[in-house]
Amino acid sequence: MGHHKDTALDEERLAELIALLPPAPEAWVEAAQQLPRVERGVEQILALSEADAEFRRALTEDLEEAVRRTGQEPSEELVRALRERLGADSGGA
Amino acid sequence: MSTSTDDASLVARCRAGDEAAWNLLVERYSRYVYAIAMRVYRLSESDAEDVFQEVFSRAFQHLPQLRDDAAVRPWLAQTTRRLAVDQLRRSGRVEPVGDGEDLDGAAGEPGEDVFAQLDEALSVREAMAALPESCREILDRFFARDESYRTIAATLDLSQVTIASRISRCLAKLRAELTGSGRNRDAGASS
Repeated sequence: MGHHKDTALDEERLAELIALLPPAPEAWVEAAQQLPRVERGVEQILALSEADAEFRRALTEDLEEAVRRTGQEPSEELVRALRERLGADSGGA
Repeated sequence: MSTSTDDASLVARCRAGDEAAWNLLVERYSRYVYAIAMRVYRLSESDAEDVFQEVFSRAFQHLPQLRDDAAVRPWLAQTTRRLAVDQLRRSGRVEPVGDGEDLDGAAGEPGEDVFAQLDEALSVREAMAALPESCREILDRFFARDESYRTIAATLDLSQVTIASRISRCLAKLRAELTGSGRNRDAGASS
């Protein structure tokens, strides 16, 4: 930030710079902050799916209900991430 | 400008599975990623949301492979740019728009000066962290959230005249913070 000392930021310029960064919608920020929890949930469900053939079948039949059976809430983020991973896994098989 | 937690240590904490650090990282860069998607590339709200989520999803996945923990900001900028351009191509728009009404750049491909301005804006934001909460709030409401004197006055239960004078005082404090004189003055002050 040493360059600010030479640039002589006047208050008008400061105001312009503050205005350049309005907040992102709260819901977007919250969804991004949920990523570690979503990732953990996906890993748990995939591990269960590998270990339990019946659960694997349940996942393909009704993904959201299968997620609920694990005690997790099938949030939009979790369901999307799971579908991506399951699609990627089956695509590579 | 040093922030309360610098990027390198924040990234290291994220890598170690510290969710509070991840929340802070998202909070710190959410406006930056949003501004690139919305103001530089003028994506639609829904395309910008896709880009925004994808950027942080990739960041989460790639943090362990980041070669320089302190370089998370340019990494985020580059990733947002790439994803925004991909989104524009998919939606049939050929050219990103760099002629933002509040960003100085030529029409067409956004120039590096546009990104330099956003970097500067982010540094100013980091400097705001050193201001009292009342200053941070009032500057953010008035300039970043574009709230009127009337709205801010009603929310904070203050007169509009007080709001105007506080904004002016807080801008002066921010300027002092950025030039270093704020810290020197504060160090010599008793309160």
